[in-house]
Amino acid sequence: MYRHGATPLHRWPPQVAIATTVGFVIAVVLTPREAMWAFGLYASMAIAALVLARLPPGFVGARLLVLAPFLIAAASLPLLEGPPDALWGLSREGLWDAWNIAAKGMLGATASVVLAATHEPPDLVTGLERLRVPRVVTAIMGFMVRYLELVVGEVARMRVAMRSRGHRARGVAAMAPVGRALGSLFIRVYERGERVFLAMASRGYRGTMPASGAVATASAWAAGAGVVVLAAVAATIAAVTT
Amino acid sequence: MHIPDGVIGATTAAGFGAVAAGGFGIAARRTREHLSDRHIPLAALTAAFVFAAQMVNFPVIAGMSGHLLGGVLAAVLVGPAAGFVVLTVVLIVQSLVFADGGLTALGLNIVNMGLIGAVGGYGLFRVVLAATPRRFRSIPFAAAVAAFLAVPAAAMGFVGEFAIGGTADVSLGAVLTAMLGTHVLIGIGEGVITGFVVAGVVASRRDLVLGVPEQVAARGA
Repeated sequence: MYRHGATPLHRWPPQVAIATTVGFVIAVVLTPREAMWAFGLYASMAIAALVLARLPPGFVGARLLVLAPFLIAAASLPLLEGPPDALWGLSREGLWDAWNIAAKGMLGATASVVLAATHEPPDLVTGLERLRVPRVVTAIMGFMVRYLELVVGEVARMRVAMRSRGHRARGVAAMAPVGRALGSLFIRVYERGERVFLAMASRGYRGTMPASGAVATASAWAAGAGVVVLAAVAATIAAVTT
Repeated sequence: MHIPDGVIGATTAAGFGAVAAGGFGIAARRTREHLSDRHIPLAALTAAFVFAAQMVNFPVIAGMSGHLLGGVLAAVLVGPAAGFVVLTVVLIVQSLVFADGGLTALGLNIVNMGLIGAVGGYGLFRVVLAATPRRFRSIPFAAAVAAFLAVPAAAMGFVGEFAIGGTADVSLGAVLTAMLGTHVLIGIGEGVITGFVVAGVVASRRDLVLGVPEQVAARGA
């Protein structure tokens, strides 16, 4: 989710930012879990990005809450896995597994948070387009992100309306009105799509949208490559030494 | 709750990424044959709809809530190929913009929710539809049954991926029980909601239900 700013990361061309994020996350995932120093390096890279993009800890923390169920599941691994050969009857193997999931999950999610906080969704779509992602995807995604807020707002209004009529979300019986509301939401949204298409066609839409987002320069690509190469070298050294 | 980075090993994730990409290639080609440029805003608004519908939480058991996956719903409304494309777009946006689901786990999530949930679920929908009387009322019924079954099926996809490349040494039985237990309950919600959504659309704008074979739509009453 976008957070307005004028930092170097915000000005980074979206295609470079996406490619760098994906490269960084792949290096993180490929790193053996025992290589603590490598994860230290990745964490400091992630923190450097957060500082550079001026993202407050509260904002990042709230975005990372999506990971909570997996972190809870990971935290139970040292108890579930056998044998209890570490401190307090915990399992050594389980501790490593929990660390592996928590570290990689957090680093991957933080990378996504930085990307999404510094680039608005339509710019990200342009970035994907310039990375030659199939046009069906970018075309659908471009409209989707532009209309998402509208649809979400419609859902919010429907929920207020349902609650003010006494609907309480409890039990299976409460799901029937939810289903009916979503049914009419679909028709409203679809009919809006038809009107949007006709309006766009009458203004000259022929299947492509004007591009937005900064154009990639050689120096921007070099900076992105630097980040990925640093992470990749760390991952390679970690893989060789463990 | 989408799979984050690091839960499934890198090789397995890459393998499922290849499966997802292959499936997507086929689905994109079929979508382009069936949907003209005119339909792209419509597919996009279906994606926005699935995304918004996923935000509606319903209670499962004390303290836990599930949300709609929307695979069968999308496939019945816009057809299986476009439904798969729509789910893929939703999952990419979830991962890229909302950090829900890891970028390297995208293939795993697309296989579970797109390939198994939408395309597989659509197969179930057609099977149930063929076995029920040719009435319009059978369409939401078949969609509800398929949606109910597709959710635990997608959860089984995760269990399978975990069996191949899981990074934690937990007994498969425990993972299976936990995943199936919660997802059967989520499946009930999914089935009920999908059934009512499809019933509503069939009642007022039958022409928008693109995933129903024509002979059923023509002969039913």
